Amino acid sequence: MATIFTDNIGPRKPTQDITLGTTGETIVFPGNDLRVNTFKDKGGNTLWTSNGSGTLSSVNSGLKGNLALVSTQNPSGVASVGFTIDSTYDLYIFKLIDINPSADDTRITVNFSADGGSSFMTKTSTYFRVVHDVNNTSTGIAYDTGDDLAQSTANQKLCHGIGSAADECGAGDLYLFAPTSTTYVKHWFSTMNVYYPAAGGYSIECFTAGYSNTTSAINHVKYEIATGNFDGTIKMYGLS
Amino acid sequence: MSKLRVHNIEAESGSNVVLGAAGDVVTLASDSIQTNLYKDSGGNTIFQSDGAGTLSNVNSGLSGAGPKLILSQTASSSTSISFTSGIDSTYDHYIFYCLNMHPSSDGVVFEWQVSTNGGSSYGVTMTSSAYRAYHYESDSGAGIAYVPADDLSNETDYQHAIEQVGNDSDQSCSGILQLFSPSSTVSVKTWLSHFNTCHKDNVTLDEYTSGYVNSTSAINAINFRMASGNVDAGTIKMYGVA
Repeated sequence: MATIFTDNIGPRKPTQDITLGTTGETIVFPGNDLRVNTFKDKGGNTLWTSNGSGTLSSVNSGLKGNLALVSTQNPSGVASVGFTIDSTYDLYIFKLIDINPSADDTRITVNFSADGGSSFMTKTSTYFRVVHDVNNTSTGIAYDTGDDLAQSTANQKLCHGIGSAADECGAGDLYLFAPTSTTYVKHWFSTMNVYYPAAGGYSIECFTAGYSNTTSAINHVKYEIATGNFDGTIKMYGLS
Repeated sequence: MSKLRVHNIEAESGSNVVLGAAGDVVTLASDSIQTNLYKDSGGNTIFQSDGAGTLSNVNSGLSGAGPKLILSQTASSSTSISFTSGIDSTYDHYIFYCLNMHPSSDGVVFEWQVSTNGGSSYGVTMTSSAYRAYHYESDSGAGIAYVPADDLSNETDYQHAIEQVGNDSDQSCSGILQLFSPSSTVSVKTWLSHFNTCHKDNVTLDEYTSGYVNSTSAINAINFRMASGNVDAGTIKMYGVA
């Protein structure tokens, strides 16, 4: 086996490609690592590109899995945040994390729009919750007729009031099915747990579900606190 | 520093070209490297491309632990939708996402059953619970209740996912069924389900069901259908979660 000792292999002419091996051969790198920013297949299709600082882009979908983080927002002292959605995914999952309102006993709400947030869709929904207080004096499950919607464009309450103290918050998720369908109404459901600031504190698990009663495609989802502002994190995932 | 200028390097003999030695770093100052098969130094495939950007044999460590799409099926006036392959010991958690399941008949139940014989028959004993919230579009009624008609008590009937699905052109049901450890031959198989629909009378129904398949035989197929008529349209996607 012939060995060439050299520090640098360059093209015979500038800008010319270098080809290593032929079909059927294997290129072996016994060294510690291989360094290059862009990996492609033989057809020249990019598999991923690094910016040289470890941040990847143009990652082939076959390497990413089916659940993709589309957007993260960290609202701080704002009344609402909006997410733009499209037909890339037919299921969107939102994770609401540590939602902390500025006003005590305040709910986080959701709404859906077909025109980028200028107006909001008619919805019919259900709302029920399970409660238990820290003093173990109150437990139960009940439907709340004041928190559901019947053909209303109002914001949908996702939970009972959240405490505003520094260590009080609410968290949960919302599943939105086929939001860009132009044939069917749009189903969604949400589960949240909140610290409800009464009588020393309650754990309240809140279940909301329903449909946006329109065949227009949803392109905007708004989360808004009922009173004042809020902090927290909301992540939007798409499942392909 | 010596520099070798060349256009093509091939193996002198055999089928391997070796660049560098242990401890070396091989830097490709060029824009990119192009090949279809990427392996580690032990010869284990990391992933493979077909040369057109479609990958296969992707190492599981690359795509994380999130849901992996195994199979997507779309109904078209179908009597039922069956998944008869892909349910095996590869995953211990399967998720079925049902999107806009639209019945040919009005006010029918969307339901499912499993098989231990690859889909030759569906009818494994299950025990389950069911409850649902409802609210009329007219605001004429709302509430939450247990639904005895939708549970099973060591029965081989189909499990109701949700009832009274309407078949107006814009009506359907959507939801999620999670199946745990279907390939276990030690324990029963637990499952969780959550669906929302447009009831035929213009009511939103939010139904939760859960239970277990009361068998220690491995489940290897599942069948979804409307209790009567066809599944006119809708898509069911089966994912495995590592």
